[in-house]
Amino acid sequence: MKPLSPAEHPLRKYFRPHLKRTTTCPGCGNGIVGQAVLWAIDELSREDGLSLDDFAFVSGIGCSAWVPSPSFAADTLHTTHGRPIAFATGIKLALPRQKVMVISGDGDLSAIGGNHLIHAARRNLDLTVVMINNGIYGMTGGQTAPTTPPGLRTVTSPYGTLEPNFQVAELVRAAGAAYVARWTTYHPRQLRRAVKKGIRKEGFAFIEAVSQCPVQYGRVSGLGKAVEILEHFRRNSVRLEAARGMDPLELEGKILVGELADRQEEELGRRWRRLHQALSGEAA
Amino acid sequence: MKAHRPLPPGIHFIQGNQALAEGALAAGCDFMAGYPITPASEIANRLSQLLPPAGGVFLQSEDEIAAICAAIGASWAGRKAMTATSGPGLSLMQEGIGFAVATETPLVIVDVMRFGPSTGVPSVGLAGDVVQAARGSHGDYQIVALCPESAQEMFDFMIQAFNLAESLRCPVFVLPDGFLGHMREQVRIPPREELKLVERRLAQGGDPMSRVDFLDPQVAPMPVFGRGLKAHVTGSCHDRHGMRNLTDPQVMHAYATVPQEKVLRRRDLMPPPAADYQEGEVVLVAYGTVARSARAAVALARQRGLAAGSLCLKTLWPLPAAELARAARAARALLVLENNTGQLFPYVKAEAAAHCPVEFMGPRLLGQIHEPEAVAARIQEMSP
Repeated sequence: MKPLSPAEHPLRKYFRPHLKRTTTCPGCGNGIVGQAVLWAIDELSREDGLSLDDFAFVSGIGCSAWVPSPSFAADTLHTTHGRPIAFATGIKLALPRQKVMVISGDGDLSAIGGNHLIHAARRNLDLTVVMINNGIYGMTGGQTAPTTPPGLRTVTSPYGTLEPNFQVAELVRAAGAAYVARWTTYHPRQLRRAVKKGIRKEGFAFIEAVSQCPVQYGRVSGLGKAVEILEHFRRNSVRLEAARGMDPLELEGKILVGELADRQEEELGRRWRRLHQALSGEAA
Repeated sequence: MKAHRPLPPGIHFIQGNQALAEGALAAGCDFMAGYPITPASEIANRLSQLLPPAGGVFLQSEDEIAAICAAIGASWAGRKAMTATSGPGLSLMQEGIGFAVATETPLVIVDVMRFGPSTGVPSVGLAGDVVQAARGSHGDYQIVALCPESAQEMFDFMIQAFNLAESLRCPVFVLPDGFLGHMREQVRIPPREELKLVERRLAQGGDPMSRVDFLDPQVAPMPVFGRGLKAHVTGSCHDRHGMRNLTDPQVMHAYATVPQEKVLRRRDLMPPPAADYQEGEVVLVAYGTVARSARAAVALARQRGLAAGSLCLKTLWPLPAAELARAARAARALLVLENNTGQLFPYVKAEAAAHCPVEFMGPRLLGQIHEPEAVAARIQEMSP
């Protein structure tokens, strides 16, 4: 079969027409996650009548932040480092009918932006947050992140990291998020379904996409190129259901994938609408 | 549920911070994000009462960083947004303020200044953030900052600040000090029809590549979110369409300079200084609560037959350079009064020192008021 030209790609319509290339390195996982997001929206366009004009995409600083910015042909806000959720909170409270999605990295959302992440989960505002977790600071040249596995040697942990790493999805679930899932770039269909469910979820939805950075992480971890890292994800991913019956020792170094939370609590925007109605004298 | 209502038009005896909050609502503010801090908290307290019944939103954020970011987000969602804080919170907001400048976001930032550095003395006023407001964020930029001296101006300047933010698409500061925030005095709230409110111009249709969304010295219409305008907004260097450009020196130059030019060419929209001086006088230059001491000192000096006048600044940034130079050309000398060790002083000197001697006087004890008697004595020393 003849390969598609870029113009024929079924997702091309979701990219700004003047753009000719992306900024990611060869083998980067951003493309897989970005596609999962756009395929999810593509399905929602048919099933729920949504279009990109119904969305505002917000991202922080780092390679992952360049997935929507400037590529997606929608309202896109590319913010300061660590703060996309805080900006997104303002947009969503001010413009409740808009779908607001944050796409950013593990350093951006769980290190410098960790406070905003847990408070957004606590508020249960209707945001969808996709965190691309490559376990390292890619853009700045391979420094240790809060998600870097213990012991790994990076440019800022030349003797191996001494610190344990965050399990971000578990953290967000504990903070009160309505929907939490974790998949890897080896699971593009599951990722797409999780993003779609997250968008439909009325409440704070968090999807962790464990992803490969062959250039920085692949080098320091010795995992090598993109395909080898994807192979690593395949071999080391354990479904949450299966993990429940396993010995903790068996689970060391494994990536637990699946849905961590799916609950129905009243979302903050709905509470605001009830308050506005009550104050204006209408029936709540 | 009983809804709180704004004070009706008329004369009221209220706290400065309340006057400011009433002014914000009258200006059309419909979004505030803030974090509690003395001596600014009453603004959040009052607006959390007033905004929801008016259809607005008050967000108590997890920190001041989130407050400014949420306010910027709300502004891009089409709201008239503000935040209010004091020195320590302002320090945390600085990165967001630079982002608002770079993305040409209308926004009002209230900083009720308190005694610092650091935690300092929360309830004692000190004009400690005058330079921080203008220069606290990294990079090269221009800010608009208004400085009220009375509870009445707390109200009035919020109207002007929102109007400036909307017409120039930029963050605008209102910089009272803690004394003014907590002081109670008479405020006249004008009837609705007396207020002239400005709304931002909105981009109409099209694609960002066919529009000018940024970097227009005449202020580009704003492509607010949720209207299918597919705006791209970034704090990274960008072109007139909002697209990131980190390679073209021409674009870099425009990115840093056009937002400055945009503000500097519309000084006519900003409140001018109150001038009360004649040829050959010692002219006091003051702003904020210190302006009240300055006027009292001038009255005292004139009673004693001394040639004294005053120039009370209402807009601190951009610095009213022409008015300062005019005063310096007329004056025997300028005496700059500030409740700090001389923050605006070097900037005033830069405009005035070519024309007359320029001296500085802080209060006897920092954070306390300038005693008019002491200022009058200084005028005497500087007189022939």
